[in-house]
Amino acid sequence: MPDPANTTAVVMLDAVTVAYGRNLALRDVTASFAGGAVGLLGPNGAGKSTMIKALLGFVVPTRGRMHVLGLDVATSPLEIRARVGYMPESDSHIPGMNAVTFVGYCGELAGLPRVDAMQRAHEVLFYVGLGEARYRNVETYSTGMKQRIKLAQALVHDPDVLFLDEPTNGMDPKGRDEMLELVRDLSRNKGVNLILSSHLLPDVEYTCDQVVVMDKGRIAAQGPIASLKQPRGRVYELRVKTTVSELESFLERLRAAGLTCQATDEDVMRVFVPGEGGARDLFALAAAERVQVRHLRPSVPTLEDVFATAVGEE
Amino acid sequence: MPIHDQGYRRYGGTRTPRGQAWIVIAKAGLRTFLSKKAFLGLLLISWFPFFVRAVQVYAAANFPQARQLLAIKPETFRQFLDQQNIWVFFITVYVGAGLIANDRRANALQLYLSKPLTRAEYVFGKLVILATFLLLVTWVPAIVLLILQIMFAGNLTFFKENLFLFPAITLFSFVQALTVSAAMLALSSLSNSSRYVGILYTALIFFTTALWGVLAFALGLQHAEAGAGRPGVSWISPSADLAQVGDAIFRLPLRHDSPLFLSLFMIVLLVVVSGVVLERRVRGVEIVA
Repeated sequence: MPDPANTTAVVMLDAVTVAYGRNLALRDVTASFAGGAVGLLGPNGAGKSTMIKALLGFVVPTRGRMHVLGLDVATSPLEIRARVGYMPESDSHIPGMNAVTFVGYCGELAGLPRVDAMQRAHEVLFYVGLGEARYRNVETYSTGMKQRIKLAQALVHDPDVLFLDEPTNGMDPKGRDEMLELVRDLSRNKGVNLILSSHLLPDVEYTCDQVVVMDKGRIAAQGPIASLKQPRGRVYELRVKTTVSELESFLERLRAAGLTCQATDEDVMRVFVPGEGGARDLFALAAAERVQVRHLRPSVPTLEDVFATAVGEE
Repeated sequence: MPIHDQGYRRYGGTRTPRGQAWIVIAKAGLRTFLSKKAFLGLLLISWFPFFVRAVQVYAAANFPQARQLLAIKPETFRQFLDQQNIWVFFITVYVGAGLIANDRRANALQLYLSKPLTRAEYVFGKLVILATFLLLVTWVPAIVLLILQIMFAGNLTFFKENLFLFPAITLFSFVQALTVSAAMLALSSLSNSSRYVGILYTALIFFTTALWGVLAFALGLQHAEAGAGRPGVSWISPSADLAQVGDAIFRLPLRHDSPLFLSLFMIVLLVVVSGVVLERRVRGVEIVA
């Protein structure tokens, strides 16, 4: 069980179950989100958004406890929301307002005095790249601009933690890169802790140091991305020269030795060699089968590999 | 090389105490409507009966010939509030229909409720917007009319003889504003379209009144009067219930055939049902199980 007094963890969940009617969206989830940027990864329907909504108090868990910044979500929801910024996944705005009024209004709702809220609204809108469009009605904004203004309203009251739910949804490549730069800048240079929920692995890999992988309402893997990418064994790209029948026999031999082979889009295969033997084991097996190795290069595992392994994909 | 970095800065200023977010919501709503010319026009027109009554008060106070015909009585204030019902209706539809429906359409509820404010604060802030405008066309002109009467008469005789008038105007106006605002907010929370909500409110008012008429006809109660010993069915109509309660507050004979307690009960029921609807509909996330 995670310790709520643990000051290094920004968010903690202890055996949390959330049900929508008969459907369990979160199943006995125990997780800990450290400070800095943490990615919340998972396919659609994995329970990422539900977890964020539960942390904000929008949905009440059927069991379990949650803590944000050391505060219990069940007993101190307002204190938590005063220190949290939330960027929802869906298009959201207050109707009938221009951008600066909207963001200033959100600042006031979060407890900032009116003058300060307006001043911060201008600053934050410049920061997210909407400075020139800040007097336009939000309803006339493009999808990318709407994403930016959602980030602005989440930032205006200077939160300690940001919950970003699919922040790059619907953005063009340039806008997406700029959004990721902002997210990265916030966590690396501005000292804002953030949880970035996404199903896009490159987004998480670029902006986050840690990751929590979810699948079907459960935690599939969690930890620093760098350590999760460390394989217990090594992965190689391998190309051999042999006939088809000999190749089958060679692959059989590799599998029998506990190696995992995977075809790729190119003319090489990826081979996972468990243990410490590495390339030496691979060469020995090739020599035993009298197969000529034409190409052998260590392959760096990606977050995609971690994700695929965690959710049980091939 | 930028001259000035428009970067993100941490905030080191003060924060307002919690529990005041409803004031922010109410102020923003009031500002939004007061910036609309069409709405200002509506407000101006809604004060037309006040000016007519003001002339009546002036004439009754200054021209003995007119005193017989235009005499100011406690009923005058009740009649004035009755006349304002049409403006109460228009302002309720204009202001109230979109108060929550527009937020639902723009997915704004999750933004509001991700800030440090409760659902009750959100609803109260919205209710204050509508109730303020309703009081602006009922309570404010009625009280100003009372003050004008004192000024034009040059004495406190009428006021002293009818001391109950000030609390009566206040109580009735607030009961009306609360009931109408709560009902409209509940309807507004049921849809994402303010137009649909407006139609729904109009239908509710006209349908209940029509149903009352049909039932009264079918049961042979259409000419029943209060105290006739035959309880009527006017309690079906919220407008009739408010009129009944208003008459009681102004110490006037009840105009409809339903018992006062039943009208009062229906008003309380309407407010309670509205509260239940709002409790279920105003949420950060809509769960379709």
